[in-house]
Amino acid sequence: MGIRMIRRTTASRRMAVLAPMGALALAIVLNFLLYIVMGNDPAAVFYALLLEPFVSWSSFSEVLLKMTPLLLIAQGLAIGFRAKVINIGAEGQFILGAIFASSIPVWFPQATGGWIWPLMLLLGGVGGALWAVLPAFWRVRLNASEILVTLMMSLIAAQLLAYLLVGPWKDPMGFNFPQTVMFQWDAMVPTLIPGTRVNVALILALLWSALAYVYMQKSFQGYQLVVGGLAPHATAYAGFSEGRAVWLSLLIGGFAAGLAGAAEVAGPMGQLQRGISSGYGYAAIIVAYLGGLHPVGILFSSLFMAALYIGGDNAMVSAGLPVAAVRVFQGSLLCCYLAAIVLVRYRLVRDGQEAPA
Amino acid sequence: MSALSFIIAGMLAAAMPFLLAALGELVAERSGVLNLGIEGMMALGAVVAFIVVRQSGGHAIGFVAAGLASAALSMVFAWLALAVRANQVAAGLAIGILGQGLSALFGKRYESLTVPGLPKLSVPGLSDLPLVGGLFSQDAVVWLGLLATLAIWATLRFSKLGLVIRAVGENPHAARALGYNVIGIRYGAVAFGGLMAGFAGAYAATVYTPLWAEGMIAGRGWIALALVVFATWMTGRVVFGAVLFGAVSLSQLAAQAGGVALNSQLLASLPYIVTILVLGAISANKRLLKINGVASLGEPFGR
Repeated sequence: MGIRMIRRTTASRRMAVLAPMGALALAIVLNFLLYIVMGNDPAAVFYALLLEPFVSWSSFSEVLLKMTPLLLIAQGLAIGFRAKVINIGAEGQFILGAIFASSIPVWFPQATGGWIWPLMLLLGGVGGALWAVLPAFWRVRLNASEILVTLMMSLIAAQLLAYLLVGPWKDPMGFNFPQTVMFQWDAMVPTLIPGTRVNVALILALLWSALAYVYMQKSFQGYQLVVGGLAPHATAYAGFSEGRAVWLSLLIGGFAAGLAGAAEVAGPMGQLQRGISSGYGYAAIIVAYLGGLHPVGILFSSLFMAALYIGGDNAMVSAGLPVAAVRVFQGSLLCCYLAAIVLVRYRLVRDGQEAPA
Repeated sequence: MSALSFIIAGMLAAAMPFLLAALGELVAERSGVLNLGIEGMMALGAVVAFIVVRQSGGHAIGFVAAGLASAALSMVFAWLALAVRANQVAAGLAIGILGQGLSALFGKRYESLTVPGLPKLSVPGLSDLPLVGGLFSQDAVVWLGLLATLAIWATLRFSKLGLVIRAVGENPHAARALGYNVIGIRYGAVAFGGLMAGFAGAYAATVYTPLWAEGMIAGRGWIALALVVFATWMTGRVVFGAVLFGAVSLSQLAAQAGGVALNSQLLASLPYIVTILVLGAISANKRLLKINGVASLGEPFGR
């Protein structure tokens, strides 16, 4: 006896909450089976990976620090995803944001003043948005897939970063390490909570989330973007062009990712270096989908994914879990989520059984 | 050896990862399914082949294991996209990330280790020609890959199977009305795409550069995806594009051989820059894409 999928007349709100939780439970089970096969102690991994990030204030503050870039990027990406503009190049936009922001402390290491870090964040956002201009132009004018072009731009950005770090921007006193000078005090985003590394960028990320909520859920332009993603022809009749949606989506997504990159170099990093990203741009794609492309959902998914990063580091130290296991967890979690989320819009019915109305 | 003859000799081998992966994706897309997870499937195939060959299982077993592993991963995608009817873009990205994660996980103990490559098989007489002689001296996988290309071209173009695959991609509802199992055919096409991506990864890791480094696929899966668009879903043009990218990716070595001082990061970016430029040039021709494109590409098919 087979199982059929029947489309629900309205999306199930109960399932919208239950499905992500079920997906998480399934992903945990699958990944822990893998850890057992790999010979890791599942209890130790479970504690280090999933509980330890939350048990002490010091580790939870690190979660909040990691959450900041994920939240910024994912809120920007989700706006585009809902308009069916699939920007998977946030990684490159993040890198360009970091580069643009670093230009001030690299070129003016002696500069002082409270204006420096805000200007760096602004420059970062502009840099990220500029890196999204070419994909937007290519899509609108040349009809080229933004998925492929944004990804290629990320790969180029990584090479550009490598060039700057071994070439013109390399710290002359840095023992030949591929990194810039350490930034001066005024080029650092002020710390928010004393005794932790959490900085003002977290406030910006939360404000950005509130803005995304108002824009996507309350404003007419946000509504047009969403409808344009669902029914492009309908919005074309209403005078809202697809091109405008592409430009808006890519520029907003690029700005947010660039801002996140700036906040990373002017925050926990304190300099421009190879490892500025840890793959935030790619992880944020998962964060956006896991949050149901909704500003409120993304708050929770970014917190969870940040905890997974911190937990992964813990589990590496205490239980010998390879770092790559975190990426496996992320990928499998998204797979489980995509499978579970179908229950929001469809109900499962056995063959031969009538669907209740 | 001059830079030109160096490129001519090496471009087929450099093209193989692009060619095998793009041909697999071509078949999947012809049936109407867009699988964005090639990069991850190649990464998984690469690590599986490397481990098997390193444990002295030999290249043949390594390639088979890689193909099966990537095909298995592609079935996760197929189940999400075809049975669950999840968003194909998200499902492809998900298995792509999963594949790259698994690749890094399994490959951790093999970082910087090497395996023996494959010997070159030469065509007597032709391989001694000046300038182009190197073209006729290739490893067994290149020769097999070229044969497979021919077989895929002929199958898509002349066989009933090829016709059915194309019909399913062009108009799944009509194909179903004619009695064809649309979902089943799409599963098969996606599995074939996974198998080929696995071979492509295996070639990259155990023949072309037989040294394990995390992230060694380095965007080649994404370029393979772009190649299918460049080729406007035509087999012959996939071959042309793959060889072009093989030559471009060899330019870094060729420039050094020719004594040209060019920035190494710029050279490493060259395949990505060329991808963007060609993608723009081809996509701008909307008529061409419409004529050759696959009408139902990426759209879910409900029963």
